[in-house]
Amino acid sequence: MADTTGTGGLIFKEALLWEKSREGRCAVSIPTRDVPVAELDPALVGAAPELPQLGEFDVVRHYTRLSQWNFGLDSGMYPLGSCTMKYNPKINDVQAARPGFAGAHPMIDDELSQGALELLYHMEQYLAEITGMAATTLQPAAGAHGELAGMLVIHAWHEKQGHQRSKIIIPDTAHGTNPASASLCGYESVNIRSGPEGILTPEAVAAVMDEDTAGIMITNPNTLGLFEENLREIADIVHAKGGLVYGDGANLNAIMGIVKPADLGIDVIHFNLHKTFSTPHGGGGPGSGPISVVKELAPFLPVPRVEKTVNGYRLVHNTPDSIGRMLTFHGHFGIVVRAYAYIRSMGAKGLTDVSKYAVLNANYIKAGLKDDLHLPYDRPCMHECVFTDKNQVDTDITTLDMAKRIMDYGFHPPTIYFPLVVHGAIMIEPTETESKQTLDQFIAAFKAVVKEAKETPEILKKAPHLPKVSRLDEVTAARKPVLRG
Amino acid sequence: MKEINELNLPENIKYSKDHEWASIQGDVVTVGINDYAQDQLGEVVFVEMPQVGDSFDEGEEFGTVESVKAVSELYCPVSGEVVEVNDALEDAPELVNNDPYQGGWIMKIKTDNPSEMDNLMDKAAYLEMLKG
Amino acid sequence: MRYLPHTPQDIAQMLQKTGHAGLEDLFATIPEKFRINGKLELPDPLTEWELNAHMDQLSSTMCAFPRNKIFLGAGSYPHYIPSVIPSLISRSEFATAYTPYQPEISQGTLQGIYEFQTMITELLGTEVATASHYDCGTALTEALLIALRKKKKVNRVAVSCLVHPHHRQMINTYFAPAGFEMVEIPMAGDGTTDLAAVAAMDDIAAVAVQSPNFLGCIEDLAGVKTMADSKNALFITSFTEGLAWGLLKNPGSFGADIVAGEGQSFGIAQCFGGPGLGILTAQKKYVRDLPGRLVGRTRDTNGEEGFVLTLSTREQHIRREKASSNICSNNGLNALTAAMYLATVGKIGIREIAQINHDKASFLRDLLVDAGFEIAFERPFFNEFALKAPKGYGVKRQALKKKGILAGLSLECYYPALKNHYLFCATEVFSRQDMEDLAKEVKHG
Repeated sequence: MADTTGTGGLIFKEALLWEKSREGRCAVSIPTRDVPVAELDPALVGAAPELPQLGEFDVVRHYTRLSQWNFGLDSGMYPLGSCTMKYNPKINDVQAARPGFAGAHPMIDDELSQGALELLYHMEQYLAEITGMAATTLQPAAGAHGELAGMLVIHAWHEKQGHQRSKIIIPDTAHGTNPASASLCGYESVNIRSGPEGILTPEAVAAVMDEDTAGIMITNPNTLGLFEENLREIADIVHAKGGLVYGDGANLNAIMGIVKPADLGIDVIHFNLHKTFSTPHGGGGPGSGPISVVKELAPFLPVPRVEKTVNGYRLVHNTPDSIGRMLTFHGHFGIVVRAYAYIRSMGAKGLTDVSKYAVLNANYIKAGLKDDLHLPYDRPCMHECVFTDKNQVDTDITTLDMAKRIMDYGFHPPTIYFPLVVHGAIMIEPTETESKQTLDQFIAAFKAVVKEAKETPEILKKAPHLPKVSRLDEVTAARKPVLRG
Repeated sequence: MKEINELNLPENIKYSKDHEWASIQGDVVTVGINDYAQDQLGEVVFVEMPQVGDSFDEGEEFGTVESVKAVSELYCPVSGEVVEVNDALEDAPELVNNDPYQGGWIMKIKTDNPSEMDNLMDKAAYLEMLKG
Repeated sequence: MRYLPHTPQDIAQMLQKTGHAGLEDLFATIPEKFRINGKLELPDPLTEWELNAHMDQLSSTMCAFPRNKIFLGAGSYPHYIPSVIPSLISRSEFATAYTPYQPEISQGTLQGIYEFQTMITELLGTEVATASHYDCGTALTEALLIALRKKKKVNRVAVSCLVHPHHRQMINTYFAPAGFEMVEIPMAGDGTTDLAAVAAMDDIAAVAVQSPNFLGCIEDLAGVKTMADSKNALFITSFTEGLAWGLLKNPGSFGADIVAGEGQSFGIAQCFGGPGLGILTAQKKYVRDLPGRLVGRTRDTNGEEGFVLTLSTREQHIRREKASSNICSNNGLNALTAAMYLATVGKIGIREIAQINHDKASFLRDLLVDAGFEIAFERPFFNEFALKAPKGYGVKRQALKKKGILAGLSLECYYPALKNHYLFCATEVFSRQDMEDLAKEVKHG
């Protein structure tokens, strides 16, 4: 039967919630009132909020139909570069939903939450082991939040040394969150360019690293999908001038079990549990962004810390050098549980295989498409590869047009126009959970799109054709924002 | 995007290296972004304007102009105090694209030092800079 | 491993295509001396069934709702979650999608968030709401940073000492490197913020209170508005119990500039404190100052209505170091959960459930007073209240813990003046019997 993915079929229309509302409907089972009504001072009472009035089945149909307008990872391949859209194992969701975890209050006494504390404690150890670091905090809520936590730790460390610094080095390939996190810490970004081979050179770092520079923020593998081969030398240069090395771990999926970031001279690294450790992206969150640090930085991690004692696990709230608190409670526990379940399912060999197959898959895509798309850095890639629309320049077809068209073939588009250093970038990260057969289909689909770009460009200009809506007017949306119904 | 020879660059006004234009009448300088800048930005969706009464130095940032995908800072071509801003841009930021030198002006600034206008480029010099 | 589909034959064919002799060769760019060859000290992998057994063992040691009676709120509240919500939210088209950067194939998430934004502004009486933040603490911190950006020459904000202590800790953490200062507004005798103390504070960018506050008392928001105006400061308010707005007059009606809140009560499991849902909503004039994502309505090339992420130029992927925040994600799935909850309870349900929360809490307070506690503050409350405990209650509370009942949070470590004071919470999930049992234990146990 069909050996190619494609789209087509039935799409329901569905109104906005309040358009379906009918006075008097209610979709919830009202809890029993077994106590008397206690009247509140009428001066404090407001009118009942005008929420929609629906029956239970209305709610079910509404959200079922909405869901069908979404492309999820379970629907098809989702090769967003730098986002690591790997399969989200269902068994992990089961663990997070266990009543003992789902119904746990975050402020109950330590002896009543031993299971959760034990899990957090071990998860910290696992992440430290994977990166070669000494200590971990699971508190940050997302990658960018972890980045901020890491920069706050670096800031606090310099403060403790008695000499605060004013700048931080950030390569041109960095995620946009890097400079934003640094500036929240009061550091001015010093941007440096990657060398001709797409990686940083020690010379470029040495030229700007000085005693007023707090350190460097570096993504490895970088956003071009290349391993920063000079990282150790760069770290030595930064350390020699009293700086620290922040590692953006967004791309850890390529190197687990292959190399430990601490061995490369990284002092702080953040994780995206929703990338490397398979937790669902949820349409934009919640994620989880733990950080691991070297021994010297451990005292600065946020509180509370989880500690193992002879009498079990406990939370330590007062560590004098801590940066304080990043989140109201203990991080995104429900996400941490899923990632913990993933690590326990994979083990050391499993995680190492993940890296190998992630890199194999990316190289396979690169080999499969390099005759069709322009490859700005033809070097061995790690878990993702970056192409451009340079070959299509004559046809007036852009990266955007190809990305939109690939939807009609049943694939989510790759990341486009990032990294910024590559004009018209098409960044493909297949991840290790896609099979050779799916990759072959994707390569065939992209080749077909490239062929169409040459022969029937008008099809691409108006793509996509099959989703519920066609291209949307983003200019009017921004000029005259309508942000509520 | 327009080629350099397609740009509309009037002769009687001055240009800054940051692609603002400035036109002086008495001691009041009208400021906007030029055809090259609006073309590079694409469809403008919002102009963040200063408030009347704000003072700026020559070269100081006085606002931003946003398209869907980019934001550009605006730099004051001469020093002085803002006496008027173009309120029409609040509802119709597209004026910056469609009519950059008339309806799309951004602010009027009263300068103590009209000679700063001499630090700006005329059309020929500006074109020279663009061709780099 | 069942998640990895590669057969030996696939691997061989793929390596041939890529031109590598073996999998190890893929890593040739990594200096040999750093390679660890899979050496990680991790536990051996578990099968699905072994994992279930292990996790069952860990989770069953937990004291948790609904098996245990936890009369505690303080930022995390036990509420009933209608079954439709976990069922619908676990649809993988929602759960396994990325941020909706490709709107044509993300209309489900986008319309869902647009509806969330709409219902949140309706609930809180504000004009714009973001697509959400991490939790109340981060949303409140961002709100204060907005105020500091708006009032460029000022570097201080006034924050009530009755804002959740963890939130104040977070504010200090974020503020430290930037040199901003949080001045705490002291507590008045009635368990609310001593607004008169603000009169003496100069050069503040915002006045922020939480209502109902950490002690459960409903604050005088009209008074906060007056005080903020007199200081030419932004009026910011936060909340940790969103259901309160099913009953109470909303903060927007008092003229709040920015409202930050926690949405966990809207169908989201407590889950040891996270992930929660940060709500950030404001009057329209602040729309371009709000960090995070916004969904807007527009049309497609065929004139069909649709939704997109909009005003994204404020965000870090474009503005980089000039971005209004470093945040690039939201708690999208939890925002959608909250939207489902608000749609499910609707206008009728939210009012009923909110009233029942207040009724149960009032009932519990009366029972505990009867059992020997003293009312700490006479101010009106929603579903949480502070009481002064009778002598020897600390010991009794320990004994109750052994029976799986958690009776109140000791307030002394947060407010040293409140020695022997405990914070209690009752919601719709506690039956009259549960509360009478607790009172009996306290009185006679």
